[in-house]
Amino acid sequence: MATTTKFQTSDKHRFLLNMGPQHPATHGVLRVILEMDGEYAMGIDPVLGYGHRMQEKMAESRAWPGFYPNTGRMDYVGAMPFNHGYVALIERMAGIEVPERAEYIRVITSELNRISSHLLGIGAYVLDLGAFTPILYAFDDRETILDTLEDITGSRLTYCYFRAGGVLKDIDDTFIQRTRAFIDHFRKRLPMYNDLVTENVIFINRTKDIGIITADMARRYGVTGPTLRGSGIAYDIRKSEPYSVYSHFEFDIPTGTNGDSLDRYMVRIREMEQSLRIIEQALDKLPEGPVMAKPKKVKLQEGDCSFSVETARGVLTYYLVGDGSEVPYKLKIRVPSYSNLSLLEEMCTGMLIADLVSAMGSLDLVIPEIDR
Amino acid sequence: MQQIIDMIQTYSLLRMLIAFLCLLAIVFLNAVVMGYLERKIAARIQRRWGPMEVGVQGWLQMILDGVKMLAKQLIVPKDADRFLFRLAPLLCFTPVVMIFAALPFSSALYGINLHIGLIYIIAMASINVFAILIAGWSSNNKYSMFGAMRSVAQNIAYEIPILLSLLSVVLTTATFDLQKIVEAQSGILWFAMYPNLFVAFVIYLIAGCAETNRAPFDLPEAESELTAGFHTEYSGFGFGLFAVAEYGNLFIMASIATIMFLGGWNGPFGLGSGPILGAFWFMLKVFVLMLVMMWVRWTYPRVRFDQLMNLAWKYLIPFSLVNLLITAFLVKMI
Repeated sequence: MATTTKFQTSDKHRFLLNMGPQHPATHGVLRVILEMDGEYAMGIDPVLGYGHRMQEKMAESRAWPGFYPNTGRMDYVGAMPFNHGYVALIERMAGIEVPERAEYIRVITSELNRISSHLLGIGAYVLDLGAFTPILYAFDDRETILDTLEDITGSRLTYCYFRAGGVLKDIDDTFIQRTRAFIDHFRKRLPMYNDLVTENVIFINRTKDIGIITADMARRYGVTGPTLRGSGIAYDIRKSEPYSVYSHFEFDIPTGTNGDSLDRYMVRIREMEQSLRIIEQALDKLPEGPVMAKPKKVKLQEGDCSFSVETARGVLTYYLVGDGSEVPYKLKIRVPSYSNLSLLEEMCTGMLIADLVSAMGSLDLVIPEIDR
Repeated sequence: MQQIIDMIQTYSLLRMLIAFLCLLAIVFLNAVVMGYLERKIAARIQRRWGPMEVGVQGWLQMILDGVKMLAKQLIVPKDADRFLFRLAPLLCFTPVVMIFAALPFSSALYGINLHIGLIYIIAMASINVFAILIAGWSSNNKYSMFGAMRSVAQNIAYEIPILLSLLSVVLTTATFDLQKIVEAQSGILWFAMYPNLFVAFVIYLIAGCAETNRAPFDLPEAESELTAGFHTEYSGFGFGLFAVAEYGNLFIMASIATIMFLGGWNGPFGLGSGPILGAFWFMLKVFVLMLVMMWVRWTYPRVRFDQLMNLAWKYLIPFSLVNLLITAFLVKMI
């Protein structure tokens, strides 16, 4: 196999190890070329492009509503905020007023989706560390969320629920009851995750002081999301520039102190609690009214516009340049995992391969989002 | 009938032959039963059903899997060492059967009774390391090599606490004969109930987990790091033999713990231990121990390699050394 890599070593003790594109620890088609010295990874070179689908180019070749389904297919684990960013961008560009009920529904579904994404994230992370059972408990709870969302959105993962001007379908009483039941149920389940995983001495030994990201390093790489907040920087788009109706709710931004894998894991656990708080408040305050603005034909005006949302993995920005037609001239998507992956080399050089798996898993990468 | 039994007892070669056939059956049946139990128990722990389709509660599943493995091709990678690649599963499997021959299932049920039974078993068990090393080396795969290297370091490190903890029993009974060690526990007290030997028992269990490559010490096949470790390249019954041997080794580990610490084929509280009833008690204890190890496996994450080594060299070996000294002192005093 012809391997193109930047490593040009003459040290006879070192050898190249090809981790991926098919490897249990890379969660998808990420390939990492490692230059190994025994079990130590002395050089790290992530290779991308195995799942590229030209999403941005697709956006340039069809009228803007045609891109709705694509938004749900980048981050298939937490697709709802990807919907949200795109429709909010169109609304900002075309000046569409969204009914308040629709905004509340967007927040509720997005936060449910965030919990399901974090559940998968921590489950898969603990699986990387060799514990087989917690991921199935996480899937059990996640299944409840997916079933609830499936009822109103029609899909389980790749949502296409938000529309410019509102949401596709109003939520019903069954949905509200199921969501409330889930909140009660999940509040009781969270301590179980802590008992099973977080307080386990083997788990702490495998994650504490592993893969430290300092605040300075995080800023340099443009890291966002739980990965950034694990390093102690309380930056969250939902707070710093609140979109939708996030300013109506009280919630905290959990942060870590050391920036190690354990902190990032804990931030996710505590963010799930905060998401529960947001959903609860939104259900209490849910206003009556329509869920869709009056339809009108939207042409994208000349000029550019951008919109940022907080996904489960960090800041997502859509940047659109219009030329007066219905087809976007250019759509640029800034995804969080790409920046989060870029620090892998600095974070992990000189690590044991077992720690590399631990540190990489704690970034909670979704590769199709990077390779979009 | 009586004549046949007499004949078997007179001709030890005939006895060996029958025992060998029975033991082969036991080794494979053990793998089937354990494989099924493991899948069912893991499923229960993880809130799912496990195999359900083939037979009632899926009990035929493992037999079907065995047939499937037999029917599959053993793929030898292009650049592998063909001879060694095929030799390794056999080398892993053969010692298991040889060890089974020396295990006393009851006072009358055993293949052969050696007066150095314990030494024989430990010597045979060490061959497993060669098999794994050969498998990893001959596969010509970096992940296999990693698994093999880890396995060797791990097995060497953990054989020491195993030997030291077993030695304290040997000091107490002054024999390597497994039958005599079991007979020494025929009273109410088993060896695990003496404080000093209880420490040895716990050390043995931890080290035994590591020796049989079970989670949380399953580093040679750590799947999230090394895909499948030393048997990455094995397919068909090459892999099947490794799996059978793994369960066989688990059985051996648990049965040595039973023989040395838990009274072997003796019933609890000095209860009866005839040739058949004894075998029942023996199997019961062995399976309880194996189930505990499964429970651990499906609960805990995996440790890191340096942590594993630290555990052996910094904690288990010093503790078992001190424990051995205390035992020696006690034996001399009493």
